Amino acid sequence: MSDNKKNKKEWPLFEVFVRSKNGLEHRHFGSLHAADAEMALENARDVYTRRNEGVSIWVVEAKNIKASNPDENGEMFEPASDKVYRHPTFYDLPDEVKHM
Amino acid sequence: MSEKEVKNLEEIFEAKIARDEKIEPKDWMPEKYRKTHIRQMSQHAHSEIVGMLPEGNWITRAPSLRRKVALLAKVQDEAGHGLYLYSATETLGISRDEMFEQLHSGKAKYSSIFNYPTITWADIGAIGWLVDGAAIINQVPLCNTSFGPYARAMVRVCKEESFHQRQGYEIMLTLCNGTEEQKQMAQDALNRWWWPSLMMLGPTDDASTHTEQSMKWKLKRKTNDELRQQFIDQTVPQADILGITVPDEDLKWNEETGHYDFGKIDWDEFWQVVKGHGPCNKERMQTRVNAWENGQWVRDAAMAHADKQADKKVKQAV
Amino acid sequence: MNKDFLIKYIYGIADNALILGQRLGELTGHGPTLEVDIATTNISLDLFGQVRSYFQYAAQLSEKEITEDDIAFLRTEREYLNVLLVEQPNRDFAFVIGRQFLFDHFHFLLLTEMQKSHDQTLVAIAKKSLKEVSYHKRFSSDWIKRLGDGTEESKQKIQTAIDDLWRFTDELFHLTEDDKKAVEEGIGVDVSKLKETYYKNVAEILEEATLEVPELKYFQEGGKKGIHSEHMGYLLTDMQYMQRTYPGMKW
Repeated sequence: MSDNKKNKKEWPLFEVFVRSKNGLEHRHFGSLHAADAEMALENARDVYTRRNEGVSIWVVEAKNIKASNPDENGEMFEPASDKVYRHPTFYDLPDEVKHM
Repeated sequence: MSEKEVKNLEEIFEAKIARDEKIEPKDWMPEKYRKTHIRQMSQHAHSEIVGMLPEGNWITRAPSLRRKVALLAKVQDEAGHGLYLYSATETLGISRDEMFEQLHSGKAKYSSIFNYPTITWADIGAIGWLVDGAAIINQVPLCNTSFGPYARAMVRVCKEESFHQRQGYEIMLTLCNGTEEQKQMAQDALNRWWWPSLMMLGPTDDASTHTEQSMKWKLKRKTNDELRQQFIDQTVPQADILGITVPDEDLKWNEETGHYDFGKIDWDEFWQVVKGHGPCNKERMQTRVNAWENGQWVRDAAMAHADKQADKKVKQAV
Repeated sequence: MNKDFLIKYIYGIADNALILGQRLGELTGHGPTLEVDIATTNISLDLFGQVRSYFQYAAQLSEKEITEDDIAFLRTEREYLNVLLVEQPNRDFAFVIGRQFLFDHFHFLLLTEMQKSHDQTLVAIAKKSLKEVSYHKRFSSDWIKRLGDGTEESKQKIQTAIDDLWRFTDELFHLTEDDKKAVEEGIGVDVSKLKETYYKNVAEILEEATLEVPELKYFQEGGKKGIHSEHMGYLLTDMQYMQRTYPGMKW
């Protein structure tokens, strides 16, 4: 028992992305544990598509995802908020102009 | 960080929740928020997993093929829901193995309703009807809770659970439309599961320690007593349709309040079961520990195999 | 036309799924991980789904007023026609996987051939089931490799299970009198012809899993004739409990 405890290594965490039907993007569905990517795919099929929710699955080991740091959200995302010229509403056009 | 800075962050944090903004795992959060969520979410996950056992007890004996597949699918859903909730909890920096250790050592709690035995087939009906009914009342508000991963897991859980209660009620309905013996079986199950189901909604408000904080963090939207009243008000008419009697002599409709008045709950029994002295606490825990320990060599084997395969790939690449 | 042989032929196939599904159902809530628990329950659900299709068809064919549940729950032990392999108990996870693996490879070949039957209902069931069973085969074969080429302990455990269960594999390829009649009518599959491919496929996976392919002279049989191992009675006691205790009631 104590021996077991020493050797034991938890199955790594995988993130699961599922395409619900063709034409839609893969969306994050949740996560699960698996010993390897192959098993993660099989587990994802059984865990997340039991009710016919998918036509395609991606799995990626969670540690391989590089995430942005929310503490840096100010410098990362706020500068984009005042670039109103990137949006169509920034431009004034007379009402008579159609299809634009 | 100075005390003042933390206080400032906390204020920003609380304001964010008050504005109905979600908290995500990597966001700053007060330590108490993290701990409370780990406790409540893992407890919720444990309840799903331990909750598989009383119903699992009838899978091999389900009386028809239709009932058997429905029950298998329901118990399997509970495994899935446990899995979603463990995963959501892991985003707070605790591993599933650690959570299992807390469960197995008795440090973590789970819903005490699952410490009652399922002794007849009608118990499977009663669990679906009453226990899932009470669970839904508890769970639906959590779809809007402040912690993002918890809220998202609950959306999935609630969506999938919609068939669970119907499954249970249909079993009860079939029994109540059956022979006298079957109807008695249904009545007996209601007698045994009614009070534990009421207790499932938690201690009375004056005895509940976490309510105020939980309300603020949207772990709760209503108090235990309000939820209990809601459960009783919606369940009693369902019992009437079945034609069986809720085992409470004091139960009666109150025109003035627009609610049912009900009798006194035996809270001594509740605390006895919570503290580990219910009819099946020992069996449930032993079963979970056995499954986990007997599975150790399997988990180790899969990991060893994965490592070997990864090594092979590296060697091929060289 | 007398349909008795066809009904018996259907029982012979469906009972395998019924009894194996029942065995897998015992595991729900007790798996080595949640993910594996969900996976084995899925296989059980697939098998029970197949059972219902077969038995609903058999009930239609029968001259008696019977239902799928009468067939599933109200026969005597001697009337169940599953092979001995599927009734073997869940001694540990290695036996669960070993049993599944040895059955899945047979089941896959059987259903593949059954798609050519002259009986269109059986063809439809075979087509639908084959997709499920292809996945079962993949699941159990992958686990054979994981356990075989995993740790010393797992290798020894899965080798023991395969060695122990091997004696039940030959029966998969036996034909009863009803099976022979079904083959003659162009409805049934001549399973004796699947034997060579089966052992070749199974051996390939075992070798990849670094396991020994057992060599055996003596095999066990009987299930197909309704002569079961001692485990069967207890399995049926559980499965039939409600129907036997409360005869004639609806659930």
